[in-house]
Amino acid sequence: MNVHASQQLVNDPAIDVSGLVRRYGDIVAVRGIDLAVARGEIHGFLGPNGAGKTTVVRILCTLLRPTEGEVRVAGFDVVRDAGRVRLRIGAALQEAALDPVQTGRELLELQARLFALPRAIARRRVGELAELVDLGDALDRRVKTYSGGMRRRLDLALALIHEPAILFLDEPTTGLDPASRRQVWNEVRRLNEERGVTIFLTTQYLEEADQLAHRLSVIAGGEIVAAGSPEELKRGIGRDVVVARVEGRVEAAQRAVAGLRDVGRVERSGSELTLAVTDGPAAVVGVATALAALDGLTVREISVRRPSLDDVFLHVTGERIRSDAEGTAGDDAGTENEGIAA
Amino acid sequence: MSASVSTSTGDVGSTGTRPGMGPAARSRKGFALDLATVARRSLRGALREPEAVIPALVIPVFFFLVNVGALEKVAEAGGGLDYRAFQLPVAVIFAVTGVSRANALVADIATGYFERLLLTPVNRLALLLGLMVADFALVVALCLPVLVLGAVAGVTFVTGLPGLLAFVLLAGAWGVAFTGLPYTIALRTGNPAAVAASFVLFFPFAFLTTAFVPAEALSGWLAQVARFNPVTYVLAALRALVSDGWNAPVLAQGVVATAMVATLSIGLALLALQRRVRTP
Repeated sequence: MNVHASQQLVNDPAIDVSGLVRRYGDIVAVRGIDLAVARGEIHGFLGPNGAGKTTVVRILCTLLRPTEGEVRVAGFDVVRDAGRVRLRIGAALQEAALDPVQTGRELLELQARLFALPRAIARRRVGELAELVDLGDALDRRVKTYSGGMRRRLDLALALIHEPAILFLDEPTTGLDPASRRQVWNEVRRLNEERGVTIFLTTQYLEEADQLAHRLSVIAGGEIVAAGSPEELKRGIGRDVVVARVEGRVEAAQRAVAGLRDVGRVERSGSELTLAVTDGPAAVVGVATALAALDGLTVREISVRRPSLDDVFLHVTGERIRSDAEGTAGDDAGTENEGIAA
Repeated sequence: MSASVSTSTGDVGSTGTRPGMGPAARSRKGFALDLATVARRSLRGALREPEAVIPALVIPVFFFLVNVGALEKVAEAGGGLDYRAFQLPVAVIFAVTGVSRANALVADIATGYFERLLLTPVNRLALLLGLMVADFALVVALCLPVLVLGAVAGVTFVTGLPGLLAFVLLAGAWGVAFTGLPYTIALRTGNPAAVAASFVLFFPFAFLTTAFVPAEALSGWLAQVARFNPVTYVLAALRALVSDGWNAPVLAQGVVATAMVATLSIGLALLALQRRVRTP
């Protein structure tokens, strides 16, 4: 490989996708997406279940072929140069992709051997990773004795054995308790900051995306519906958000508040109205008055807060992402609310 | 395993000194290393799940004792047959037929661990053949207690130690030849229940043959079926080694029968592997 070519590789994005389409028979799972992830970036890939998230990740990891489009990872085409891509990526894709009867150390050593790491390097890597993911004595216990969090951390260590430049994490904290979740977050940050690893992370947890990702893409219905930094995306919604929880004639309420001055978009999710406004405290009085004037409507709560990624999600996909586990993930998300009892 | 691994060989484009790429990519060594690595993990797994192997130990002992206990007098009544020597190869066939790591393979597929292996540069063929190497070691090990049982029962090899060795090799080869079937099912279906059910394949092979009485004593449909059952020829070869001597035509038939089954079943397994590792 000549100097010019290596130079080009350095300047290439870590992930470069253009016009990616994936069909399963007649079903179109991914409908022509473009995506660029810079080297050293933590990229959050958000989407509801069935949006095409996993399909995209599997294509990026060479486990699935694109039907159409160009996909380059670490500078190589995922179809023509799949072998080279695999040497440069690490992936923790599924919840329990481990062998329960082997010990953590045995699995790490096995992985090192399959990547043909020389013995001395393999030993050093296993030591480093054991420390990084903090498995301690458990390293020599069989995996079936591990907790969910320990499995996930071993999974991460396995994905890192060959020092990949790009790491794919598919819902790395789903099913973990808040403490384990934070531990995984810290490891992800450290890998990114200390080792410069590019990280492509899918998640359903908005707080996770907010905390970790430098940039985000939101996929819905097989298309990228929003992209940018978490801040940019939230700013796109408005400066403040007024949330009104009502009972009764919700549609009439939606029409009433939509006509108010200073109120931008109004999204409805069940009996909850989310209003994008320029000045929350100023707008809330008008909103309360308008709602109070409506017959057959009970106002349960009105609150003002900063826009969240959940608002972004609602705006671009028309649905709230909140999954069952989001309650524990967003355990400190509620502190921003300035509730106004109605 | 004493192989020392060097990184200096192989694909220049995949060495990892490139700036910004990390020292990630290293060339992989070779097929032999992959094979040994896969086999070693598989054997370790087998030793830690003895419940998967114990039936293969119990069944042959059980049948040997029962068959000899029930039939020895009747079978030897005509004279000229040492029924214990006649039954020893049957016990060995019972021990080695159907023993495989297909249950572990299908578990890997079901958990996604197999996919993790596919993301490494491991030689794809080694993912299956490594398991068969482990199976060979396992079935040879399973022969040993049966041979001890035979020795205790007074069975001796007319072909001596070389014959004993040939006996174990042929039984081991037969065992591995048969593993292609459960591996095919594991790779095709990815379904643990289907692999567990593949145990039933053992019955026609192990029973529709000369398991209880010599070929000339079989009659009717069973005689016909036994003629087409490869186990009949493997048993004949094994029995020759015990009581007959180096009977070349009989041994050759046993080897050919084993080779035919191996070609078919391992061929099917390789096709299934090819499908499984192909990027969909």
